[in-house]
Amino acid sequence: MPLGPEKFLILSAVIFALGVLGVLLRRGAISILMSIELMLNGANLAFIAFARQFGQAEGQIYVFFIITLAAAEAAVGLAIVIALFRLGDSTDVDELSLLKW
Amino acid sequence: MLNLIWIIPLLPLIGVAVNGLFGRRMPRAAVGVLGCAVVLASLLISFGAVWELSQLPVEERYHEVVVGRWMSLGTLVNQHPGSSTVSTDVHIDWGFALDPLSAVLLLVVTGVGFLIHVYSVGYMSHERDLVRFFVYLNLFMAMMCTLVLANNLLVMFVGWEGVGLCSYLLIGFFYDRPFDARTGLSCADAGRKAFIVNRIGDFAFLIGMLYLITEFGTLHMRTLAGEFQHGAGPEWLLSGVGVLLFIGACGKSAQIPLYVWLPDAMAGPTPVSALIHAATMVTAGVYMVCRMSALYSAAPEAMAIVALVGTATALFAATMGLTATDIKKVLAYSTVSQLGFMFAAAGLGAYIAAMFHLMTHAFFKALLFLGAGSVIHGLHGEQDIRRMGGIRRKMPITFLTFVIATLAIAGIPPLAGFFSKDEILAAAWNGGHRGIWAALLCGAILTAFYMTRLTWLVFFGSFRGDAETLAKVHESPRSMTVPLMVLALLAVTGGWIGIPKVMSGWVGGGDWNRLHHWLEPVVVTPHAAAQADAGHASGAEGMLIVLAIVVAVAGVLMAATIYRREGLAERLARASGPVYRTLRNLFWVDELYDVLVLRPFYAVCRFFNGFDRRVVDGLVNASGIVTELTGQVLKLFQTGLVRNYAMTFLLGVVAILFYLITR
Repeated sequence: MPLGPEKFLILSAVIFALGVLGVLLRRGAISILMSIELMLNGANLAFIAFARQFGQAEGQIYVFFIITLAAAEAAVGLAIVIALFRLGDSTDVDELSLLKW
Repeated sequence: MLNLIWIIPLLPLIGVAVNGLFGRRMPRAAVGVLGCAVVLASLLISFGAVWELSQLPVEERYHEVVVGRWMSLGTLVNQHPGSSTVSTDVHIDWGFALDPLSAVLLLVVTGVGFLIHVYSVGYMSHERDLVRFFVYLNLFMAMMCTLVLANNLLVMFVGWEGVGLCSYLLIGFFYDRPFDARTGLSCADAGRKAFIVNRIGDFAFLIGMLYLITEFGTLHMRTLAGEFQHGAGPEWLLSGVGVLLFIGACGKSAQIPLYVWLPDAMAGPTPVSALIHAATMVTAGVYMVCRMSALYSAAPEAMAIVALVGTATALFAATMGLTATDIKKVLAYSTVSQLGFMFAAAGLGAYIAAMFHLMTHAFFKALLFLGAGSVIHGLHGEQDIRRMGGIRRKMPITFLTFVIATLAIAGIPPLAGFFSKDEILAAAWNGGHRGIWAALLCGAILTAFYMTRLTWLVFFGSFRGDAETLAKVHESPRSMTVPLMVLALLAVTGGWIGIPKVMSGWVGGGDWNRLHHWLEPVVVTPHAAAQADAGHASGAEGMLIVLAIVVAVAGVLMAATIYRREGLAERLARASGPVYRTLRNLFWVDELYDVLVLRPFYAVCRFFNGFDRRVVDGLVNASGIVTELTGQVLKLFQTGLVRNYAMTFLLGVVAILFYLITR
């Protein structure tokens, strides 16, 4: 029995919302990065679901792009986190106010 | 030689360049020699050119050399009501012209200028800034020759401003010394005063030129003269331009109300006072009025103003000369007064008499100043005549030449001043202007009086300074006395080129008034003055001559009588009380200008200063403050908390989505 797209989309939305909540509520920089990955993957799931529904390959190609982007983002983000940790012995984003007036 | 006249102003400029660039590395003697040599070269070329000019037939005595085009100003289209449209190609050339009028002043300027350069070598020998002095002096000669030889008003204006600049530079030559204890001016202040007062006049001059070029499309003086003679241009314009140009002349030639700078110009070295502030530059205004005689003859109102201002100045300045105690200031007021005589003559249409007096005045006034310089030099810088006296035996040459000059300016025949002053008085009488005549006659008495007073206080009686100074009094070196002697010769003989017809008639000669015939073709005499000149009775003129002599002798004798007796002058001064105080304080004119001009000016300045600081700066500061305040408010949103930013971002996304969906 084929699954309808709505179940995929609901899962996708749930994952995305969890990501958003993680970004907004967590204070650790690494957790925030992981939450961003969740949001990206939620979006990926939606792309895949639509690609399967309409029998087209574009959605899958977008997913590849997003995975590449996520890898790059994780590399850059983790490098920044390491630099921050060396600077202040902490990855708590609430304490990062060096550039504030 | 006539084609070389453009070199005459150029030669002193070479002196400026060489002395200015290399002077400090040259021996001091070479600086002086070079400075004199370039002026001598100019003098020789001038002699040659004027000689050639005099060989031409009378009506061809005009030679013009155009060096190049200065500026092209497009086409002027003038629409005269009731007549056709006239288009003129407007351009201004670097043009020089020699005619009998410029020839007279050219010879005076280069001749007297050369003598004063020679004198300066001796006078300035102890000064450390000899190079700067000669650079300025040569620059002055270049500018003065430009002014004299210019064929159009704008080139004349270049020279006019140039001599003003040199005057400023040379008055302030001793820029680090104080000058006048009464007014607290330093020499540098005196220079600035001269420059600013001159600028006021120059501004009017400039406006006058602009009117001329918009109406006639040219500033070429000969062309303009032709236009005026054919009655071109509305009379209000001619009168207005005449008055504007005359205001310029008032500034340059120190006439009421712009005379105040000249007495303070005495802060400059004495040769400068002789050259610039007595013989040449200050006569530029008179020269300009004579140059534009066609304009003035077509504008009777302007002429009346010239005559009245000149007469008033002649009388007014002479009274101020009575009480001055600085040897150079007496001469300065005398210069202002004599310039007034010249303007009075020009305003009466007697342009030739004005030029004649200009020439003789250049000789004897330069001589007086150089003599005064010699006295100051001999007394080691003493300028106060109350601390001089009785030095005639110690400085015989200075004394003799000074006396000659005094008699010349007093109008004792047969010295130069007699003939020229008599011609002015005769012009006033013959023109029917009895009031002007009487005022000028009073001026002549006063002139004889204050000049005799000066001579007496300096050279006669007993020495009133300290014994130490007296012991060191000495005659000046040869380079100073020789120019004195040459000028004395000129002060004696200079008047003989303009002997009135009546006098030559007395000794059975013909018409010896050479200057009159020389200048007659180039000046345009107004109709009334020409008639008066032709129709006057010789009997009256003979009477006038006798009267002039009597007046001059009376003035001299009066002064000699008063100052011969010790203490009589002081008693007279005390007896005349308020009159004396008024004269001594120069009619409080400086104070009057302070109240009428300077204080309101400063008040306006203070107002604009406040306006600038409060309103203009306030606006600028306000824009800064508003920007900063906005930033202060907006920065509150910058919490520095990443999660706040993320929250805001999310809310923004939700808002946009909401908008897109509900649209």
